[in-house]
Amino acid sequence: MTPAAVSPVGIRFENIDKRYGGLYALRRVSLEITAGECVALAGRNGSGKTTLLRIAARLVRPSSGSITFLDRRNGAITAASRTGFVAHATMVYDELTAEENLLLFAQLLGIAEPAARAETLLAEVGLSDRRKSLVRTFSRGMRQRMAIARGLLNEPSVFLLDEPATGLDPYGVTWLAETLRGMRDAGSTIVMSLHGESEISALATRAVRLEAGSVIADTRTGASLPSILTFAGA
Amino acid sequence: MSLFSNTAVLLGKELRTEFRSRELLTTTVVFILVVVVLFSFTFDASSAESRRFAASLLWLAFLFAASLMLQPCFLREQSNDTLSALRLSVTDPFAIFAAKLSANTLFLLLTELLMLPVFSVLFNVPVFPVFGELVVVLFLGSLGVSIAGTALSAISAQARMRELLLPLLLLPLLTPVLVASTRVTLALLDTEPYMEWKGIGFLVVFDVVFLTALWLFGEYLLEE
Repeated sequence: MTPAAVSPVGIRFENIDKRYGGLYALRRVSLEITAGECVALAGRNGSGKTTLLRIAARLVRPSSGSITFLDRRNGAITAASRTGFVAHATMVYDELTAEENLLLFAQLLGIAEPAARAETLLAEVGLSDRRKSLVRTFSRGMRQRMAIARGLLNEPSVFLLDEPATGLDPYGVTWLAETLRGMRDAGSTIVMSLHGESEISALATRAVRLEAGSVIADTRTGASLPSILTFAGA
Repeated sequence: MSLFSNTAVLLGKELRTEFRSRELLTTTVVFILVVVVLFSFTFDASSAESRRFAASLLWLAFLFAASLMLQPCFLREQSNDTLSALRLSVTDPFAIFAAKLSANTLFLLLTELLMLPVFSVLFNVPVFPVFGELVVVLFLGSLGVSIAGTALSAISAQARMRELLLPLLLLPLLTPVLVASTRVTLALLDTEPYMEWKGIGFLVVFDVVFLTALWLFGEYLLEE
């Protein structure tokens, strides 16, 4: 797939705190992600990567601080209307078929010609021949492909992915890397949480490392990227 | 996409998944049948007492069945985090509630209508002469139960002890619906049936107030 050029959108996190009771999931996180950047979030389990992504997806409200979506001229926009999110969970219904799932979310998103969009994405993720099968009959890798297809439905300007390679076989990882490369080159902003180096981490133009809810390293330098991603057992 | 079209799409999903599995409907129908039959054993159905107590027993059975039926309403959305996917996709989060409470009302009403003939035979109470009026009170009562129950299901789904929490919250909250619905049904099952408009008015007000509250504050119930 060669994605159409998108209207680039960046994200600005300002002094974000997120507390669950007395526990800080994020502590004073300030980060400005420029439109078109491909950012890899690294860190141990529980370091705050998922919380940061869920805040960016507007699924979680920060305890304090603010998040702003910016267009290329740094002008704030009220909402990132085209945000795609691939979470840890698949976010699709086991009791619906692959086709029904994509059609449902395409209709909710108000996509023109939802059936055609669903069909295109099923072909892209290699599930066309299983489009009438219930998702509960799918393997973990196939479910992950469904999750990515759902995230791509609205051709997102901002694509947020939480450990997107989970469950994918080597062919799946290569396909995902190619898809993300196409999106990055078309101007989409990509933020993804990763563990270690892979074909996908090689796409990152910036790496941010979180530890106990705080940013402890942030680099755009090519040579430093791998060391941040693999630092201390990430 | 408008609230109405989002709701219609989600209602279609709710109906498709339920009619495909029939888990909820089958369980609820069997449960309510057992409760109604057990109640019928507790006193002589041929006596005049039947007319006095049957309405309240019927609505108690409906309420217990509703607390069972409403439990998985939002729990089903948790296993794959589909609630987050819905929140990201709809323009107005109220569409999620509107679809779920419409589906719950429909399922509850269907269960009640299936139970009416059984109830009529077991309790020796003629329901068919006042069938139309009974459908009105069943609809208004079920709508009230579904509105409050759907909201509480969203709250309890995120809590620990969620299986116990919903009935604990739901049953006291629905006491006014139980009382009003029972009074209207009692009047309809009288030897000289009449419509108790005061009770109908109360049910309408209850439904409107709770629906408005859900529309205003529902978004906060979906937050993590």
